Amino acid sequence: MLDTPTTAPGPPGAGTDDDSAPFWAALREERVELQRCTDCARLRFPPMGRCPWCASAGQVREDVDARGSVYSWIVVHRAFRPEFAADVPYVVATVDLDAGPRVAVRLDRPDGVDFGARVAPVFHDHGAWTELRMVLGA
Amino acid sequence: MREAAVAGVGYTGFSRASGRPVLDLAAEAAIAACEDAGLPVREVDGIASHMVGSDSENAQALATALALPGLRVVLDLNQAGHAPCNLLAHAAAAVSAGLAEHIVIFRALNGRSGPKVGSARFPGRGGQFRYPIGYDAYPMYIAMWARRHLHETGQDVRDLAAVAVAHRAYAVRNERAVRRTPLDLDGYFASPLVADPFRVADCTPEVDGACALLVTGLDRARDLRRPPARIAAAAYRAGPRPGLDIGDHVLTDDYTRNFTDLLRDELFGRAGVTPADVDVACLYDCFTSAVLMSLEGLGLCERGAAGDLVRSGRLPVNPHGGLLGEGYLHGMNTLAEAVLQVQGRSGDRQAARHDVAVVTSGALMDGSAAVLTTDR
Repeated sequence: MLDTPTTAPGPPGAGTDDDSAPFWAALREERVELQRCTDCARLRFPPMGRCPWCASAGQVREDVDARGSVYSWIVVHRAFRPEFAADVPYVVATVDLDAGPRVAVRLDRPDGVDFGARVAPVFHDHGAWTELRMVLGA
Repeated sequence: MREAAVAGVGYTGFSRASGRPVLDLAAEAAIAACEDAGLPVREVDGIASHMVGSDSENAQALATALALPGLRVVLDLNQAGHAPCNLLAHAAAAVSAGLAEHIVIFRALNGRSGPKVGSARFPGRGGQFRYPIGYDAYPMYIAMWARRHLHETGQDVRDLAAVAVAHRAYAVRNERAVRRTPLDLDGYFASPLVADPFRVADCTPEVDGACALLVTGLDRARDLRRPPARIAAAAYRAGPRPGLDIGDHVLTDDYTRNFTDLLRDELFGRAGVTPADVDVACLYDCFTSAVLMSLEGLGLCERGAAGDLVRSGRLPVNPHGGLLGEGYLHGMNTLAEAVLQVQGRSGDRQAARHDVAVVTSGALMDGSAAVLTTDR
């Protein structure tokens, strides 16, 4: 699939790049695939060509269990772009994955969100791309 | 080593729609800063600026508009509100090293009628993970930090409110401020939510305008019109993994401490003062939470006590009303207010004691700061 350049895996116009293409492609298959440094063994996000802890270029990609805990969250009441106007109010959370990295994601069914709340991934299909979201309860 | 000082400041008016090109605004502020100092504009031989993307004009363009005979230092930092004290650091270093004699640093933009930085999509590789999900504006990122900071430090939204209310009380006395309607706690909590925990009253209003400072040698500044504001220290700092762009913060572990925590000891150490010596604080306040975090990070109060400090009024914090009141010139106006305070020129908002001022530029994982002192 990654060798099929006609399939743009990421959100249209979002500036996807060579490092991030596998991440977006995995989401299409409802998988969360992150890079792991082959020198210091850390998983990392966002995708990039070198490890931001040790600067090593050595990496492998692996599927991770994307469950995690809420570190912080906001409730967006005012959309800054028209495409999100119908969504307000919506919740964006920073989630610490059990596997290590932190991600910022939309939270579906956010009632009862709190610090440390357990969340699990859901894959939201936009047609052309797939978004990683989270739901409470994991 | 030759010491450096700020010798003058210049402003345009701040408005919702300047109706003028950004370069005109920049030139007006730069000329005003030179006139304020009593220095002929043609003696300027260095210009330093900052911008977000392409929302301003570069140093070269301003030199042309000012008809300068020559330039020895130019610097254009694409670093948003993290830049003003960083520009000051570079200008002071350049003057000290003899690279230039008189450097104008400026911020100019049509931030209200032109591109709005609050909702701008920054270039860089982090945006692809934020923008498509509606995590797409700076108030959201800072609100994300604010909620965790308040939680871990035992503070709450009443402490955000305290910042908004105190700043507005100052802004009422500042003829330059764009928000001068008095604000009390009821008014704060009636303000609409934008990105909870932030309300409109937590957010700086974007404006059109320009602000410029003239940096020169302390020895030279003593011969000019205004008392020098001595640049005792200025520094920039980012910790590890500052991110792939200015909105990318998922690689930062701790949202409860910003860059001020990292540079505090170096900044005050180089300035030869302690936090207890600070008479007035001019702290970057794109959003209220940044003031709380920077008061704590700079050691101006204990962690968790920033809201109490603001409510107490013990320390003048942003006597111009901050960016919250005066308008979002990306912190160049906050640096300019510190100069005016040290020079004793802030009128009826002047701090009684003003020998030592601390200034910050930036809110989250990286930024810059400075200590200005009277010439003592």
